[in-house]
Amino acid sequence: MHIVVCIKQVPDSAQIRVHPVTNTIMRQGVPTIINPYDLFALEAALQLRDKFGGEVTVLTMGPPSAEDSLRRALTYGADRAVLLTDRFFAGADTLATTYALATAIRKISETFGAPDIVFTGKQTIDGDTAQVGPGIAKRLGLLQLTYVAKINEVDPAARTIEAERRSEGGVQVLKTKLPCLVTMLEATNEIRRGAMADALRAARAQIVTWSAKDAGVEDISKCGLKGSPTIVKRVFAPSARAEKATIVDFSNRAPADALIEELFKRQPKLEAELTTSAHGF
Amino acid sequence: MSEPTKAPPAAAGRAATKKELPEHFKAYKHVWVFIEQERGQVHPVSWELMGAGRKLADKLKVDLAAVVIGPPGEAVQHAAAESFCYGADLAYIVSDDVLTDYRNEAYTKALTDVVNTFKPEILLLGATTLGRDLAGSVATTLLTGLTADCTELDVDADGSLAATRPTFGGSLLCTIYTLNYRPQMATVRPRVMPMPDRVEKPATRVIEHKLGLVEEDIVTKVLSFIPDRDSAKSNLAYADVVVAGGLGLGSPENFQLVKGLAAVLGAEFGCSRPLVQKGWVTSDRQIGQTGKTIRPKLYIAAGISGAIQHRVGVEGADLIVAINTDKNAPIFDFAHVGIVTDAIRLLPALTEAFRARLSPHSRDRIAS
Repeated sequence: MHIVVCIKQVPDSAQIRVHPVTNTIMRQGVPTIINPYDLFALEAALQLRDKFGGEVTVLTMGPPSAEDSLRRALTYGADRAVLLTDRFFAGADTLATTYALATAIRKISETFGAPDIVFTGKQTIDGDTAQVGPGIAKRLGLLQLTYVAKINEVDPAARTIEAERRSEGGVQVLKTKLPCLVTMLEATNEIRRGAMADALRAARAQIVTWSAKDAGVEDISKCGLKGSPTIVKRVFAPSARAEKATIVDFSNRAPADALIEELFKRQPKLEAELTTSAHGF
Repeated sequence: MSEPTKAPPAAAGRAATKKELPEHFKAYKHVWVFIEQERGQVHPVSWELMGAGRKLADKLKVDLAAVVIGPPGEAVQHAAAESFCYGADLAYIVSDDVLTDYRNEAYTKALTDVVNTFKPEILLLGATTLGRDLAGSVATTLLTGLTADCTELDVDADGSLAATRPTFGGSLLCTIYTLNYRPQMATVRPRVMPMPDRVEKPATRVIEHKLGLVEEDIVTKVLSFIPDRDSAKSNLAYADVVVAGGLGLGSPENFQLVKGLAAVLGAEFGCSRPLVQKGWVTSDRQIGQTGKTIRPKLYIAAGISGAIQHRVGVEGADLIVAINTDKNAPIFDFAHVGIVTDAIRLLPALTEAFRARLSPHSRDRIAS
């Protein structure tokens, strides 16, 4: 079984700071991590490989430094890493990203064997769009299972997969055919620690590095900023509310009483409403 | 159907890359909202989007259309009829037995076909698991732009959709345009837009469109649907009162204080993103851009600093109360009432004070 896992190297968003004057992101010194949602996809892929044999190929598109995340994925036990890096990819929106990744997956297919399953995380923590998985599936003509909470069964001989997909108000149990694309939901597994042997292998491993041309991109105008139908016109910080927050003064009384008094003074109807909701009438 | 020629906009910065809209896109007109219905229920986000779509359509002086996809029968007809009460000028229906359950293949074909046939300039979908699954596939099929999880939608002077959303992990906002492609697609999360008033109106223009798929064409089969046992799980987004905690609580044990206050108020409890990342609270309780968006009458945020990704999830609340030790915390920029004190100490006192005040005895007092 050959499984491709798409990952993204992202800034550790908990540590992103915005410059107070220029409203730009201060990237200096911000550590990068594998998008946390992608680790659930990687672990799901590794579990299937352990069960059925075969290989896991991790793929990322990014700057040369994204090699760090690929090596990290190898330490968890991935078998091969492919880095798609080229200045033509810069500034890609989700449509241009799916073009590049789908092209690279076709090249992986030719070079290392056709994947049975392509995995992605549910979304990334920097873009938060959840669009790239479905986009890759559409471009490759793969069936898609998104928001998968659990893979119930894969039958490599019958070429089928059965999975539980999170939907509004419940879980859909779906059965479809391989090859397919799966986006994994968070908290569905825990990434393994990785064996010492994998860590040693990862340190020495040759990362397969492809430019747009190497990956077989025929139309460079479909990549990066040029290939992106959406453009970001303005980036800004929201302004403070015109009306300042009333800061409750509790210098001469209990803070809780002072706060409640202020709330009910502002919204006189609130007390009656809360009494109702508190007692379920 | 000729589009009036518009003066090119005064371009600035990267907007200078704007070219004239290609000829074949000029026929694309009107604003559409995808009406999400499953098992006979319309997701409320669809009506919220109708409210937003109506404003865009009025500004553009075009029609607002609802697109309903599902199995033949009462539910789909009713959803289409309801859409007129929420502002639709017309409704498109694609109904077929293969559309009984949501499946990406069939729904993607249904929506893509109506778009290609009737050519909307703007297409809005709810950012639910269904809407996001569908929007990504449809946009890629149409090779057009899609902006996810918008918090604000507007039409600028030259008629382009200006879609604003948080970016960089929710630390800034950005406004995104789809300039030379149609339709301009966007998704919006539930509760981000206010629910418009329902006004009784007759269903006038309803257009049925054939799907042209048979069950044998569709590879994916739905084996079963398991409804959530704990339906309260999904009530957070629609709760009237919400109490939430953040990192300022200091420890997972202290999160009990949030639950305690919520219980006394008959409220739902929630948390900020870091608490989910730390594993203190489950992700279905997360409030903010990547969690739930809420619009309660009262929102109490305890020990939450108020990052933009949190702010966009709570700004629709009628009354935002912030409890924080740091008087410079960004949450005081958008809260209505603030108190600068330690939430760990205040929460138990607040719980007791509310309990005393809201007890049946005090209710008698109000009534008298």
